[in-house]
Amino acid sequence: MLKFIFNKLLMLIPTLLGITLAAFLFVRLLPGDPVTVLTGERGVSVERKAELMAQLGLDQPLIVQYGYYLKNILSGDFGQSIATHKPVIDEFFSRLPATLELAFAAMLIAVLLGVPAGIIAAIKRGHWPDHVVMGVALTGYSMPIFWWGLLLIILFSTTLGWTPVSGRIDLIKYYFEAETNFMLIDAWRSGQAGAFGSVVHHLILPAVVLSTIPMAVIARQTRSAMLEVLGEDYIRTAYAKGLSPTRVIMVHALRNALITVVTVIGLQVGSLMAGAVLTETIFAWPGIGKWMIEAIARRDYPAVQGGLLFIAVAVMLVNLLVDVLYGWINPRVRDGK
Amino acid sequence: MSLLSVRNLSVAFPTQNGWFQAVEGINLTVNPNEILAIVGESGSGKSVAMLALMNLLPPQARITCDELVLDGKNLLQLTATERRRLNGGTVAMIFQEPMTSLNPCFTVGYQIDEAVKTHVGGGRKERKEQVLSLLESVGIPDPARRYDAYPHQMSGGMSQRAMIAMALAGQPKLLIADEPTTALDVTVQAQILELLLKLQQQFQMGLILITHDMGVVAETAQQVVVQYAGQQVEKNSAYELFNHPHHPYTAALLSALPERALPTGLLPTIPGLVPGQHNRPQGCLFAPRCAYQQARCQTEVPALAQQQQGWIRCFYPLETETML
Repeated sequence: MLKFIFNKLLMLIPTLLGITLAAFLFVRLLPGDPVTVLTGERGVSVERKAELMAQLGLDQPLIVQYGYYLKNILSGDFGQSIATHKPVIDEFFSRLPATLELAFAAMLIAVLLGVPAGIIAAIKRGHWPDHVVMGVALTGYSMPIFWWGLLLIILFSTTLGWTPVSGRIDLIKYYFEAETNFMLIDAWRSGQAGAFGSVVHHLILPAVVLSTIPMAVIARQTRSAMLEVLGEDYIRTAYAKGLSPTRVIMVHALRNALITVVTVIGLQVGSLMAGAVLTETIFAWPGIGKWMIEAIARRDYPAVQGGLLFIAVAVMLVNLLVDVLYGWINPRVRDGK
Repeated sequence: MSLLSVRNLSVAFPTQNGWFQAVEGINLTVNPNEILAIVGESGSGKSVAMLALMNLLPPQARITCDELVLDGKNLLQLTATERRRLNGGTVAMIFQEPMTSLNPCFTVGYQIDEAVKTHVGGGRKERKEQVLSLLESVGIPDPARRYDAYPHQMSGGMSQRAMIAMALAGQPKLLIADEPTTALDVTVQAQILELLLKLQQQFQMGLILITHDMGVVAETAQQVVVQYAGQQVEKNSAYELFNHPHHPYTAALLSALPERALPTGLLPTIPGLVPGQHNRPQGCLFAPRCAYQQARCQTEVPALAQQQQGWIRCFYPLETETML
């Protein structure tokens, strides 16, 4: 197993190299440059601009810039944000917990609702519960996140007044020092009455919005995996043994169906990051996604490059985790190597 | 009193072109400690009839039956849950494909233990001992190690032994073996069959053996049913059936045995195919392939009737003694 993990980690290196190049080039393909954005509408003289570009090292040929970038990464220096002059790595990790909290809540909702919905659809195949689940899943999958998020805000926040419009906590009522930057943990540890509830209250709507697409995908995959598994010989054996339908479905069938579903859940983590960009922007959620959007708007090259690289590493680590989990769920993979 | 009594069991499946009659009016009687063999080509409805008996068919199957009594219980009056509880307990079944019949995600020990837990009960430790002794009794070497093995780590023969152990876990009075050796290597087939017969004697079970191996039938069964296209065409004691086959289909099956091959070295075959859903003959289902067919066979349907020594579905049963 250790060798398996080591091999997977080794395979990350060329992928990461590719990502640094892609991030480096894409951000420079955008029209404009950091200096133009920094100096604002009035602009500066040509000489001053050249001076500033030289300060940032942007006057060098691209290949040289890339070389410096790589060299710095290898020595652990991911550069400084042009906008804030703080190290990119600090900027990233101070915002990461907010995104993780949101993504984790969204994934929890997606799995807790998506898997049972898929199971029900599979058992009731061709009947109304199946049609309802599949209809809702298709709608959810096709719904653009920014539009869906706005609709939910209009309904639940503006019209019904059930949830806050944005933010992570009611700032007027509660204040405590950020320790972990995971608002749920910090609020819990602050011991202030109602603080934790307020965080959950703020988390629900963005998490629901972010969970929609993964939930739809998970429900559909669970359904098709269950349908396939339910036709297997060992399901007939389980019934022939006299086991209850509940046990046959929830133990014998689900365990096998989960092999496929776990893979799909892992793949959804990538699209979850993409969804986080939109969700965080809509709900003014101070996480990685919102930070990336702002960095792009400022043409903050080091921040965009660093952010993309870290996100890629995170997604790949999650996929590695899924691979390990996969071996744990599927005994045939475990000693296949 | 008989252990199993089935009267007029029929099974039909819905298809795009109406109902397909997979099993038509089957009658069966199995006595305690008796071996009944059901033979017939693929698609003759042998497995479907047994699955209907176990209530394991998909819900869209239409099952009708006049009488279904197992071990003194009228199954037709039981609810689905009550019938399910008999499965694995009073009646157990083993299947054709041992490799796919075991769940790949659970150890063999766990899967056998489930059956013990459902039908015998007991604490964790007692059950484990029970499972180990079951594994031992089906001839699995080193049961303690095999207990924790996953199905993919076992051979086909070993898997079938594990399936047999699982079937025995509930101490069934009737064991249904649906072509238990078909998917196995020839060398293993004899071992598994021998094991089944030994266990049948040891546990005093009734055994329904579904097979298309006539040689196996001759060696093991007391009663034989020959099935064709969902119908029973001949029922008799094994001795009578092999020495005096009366239905032309039985006779044709027997003469196709390699042991009975003609001196020319050629194996006789039965021309044609089993009729499907769309080409079912009006009269006798076997008529189009029958060497002895007459005009009446094509228009009238023969009934399964007691004739001579057994039950035969034929207007013109063969009387001549065939050579053994």
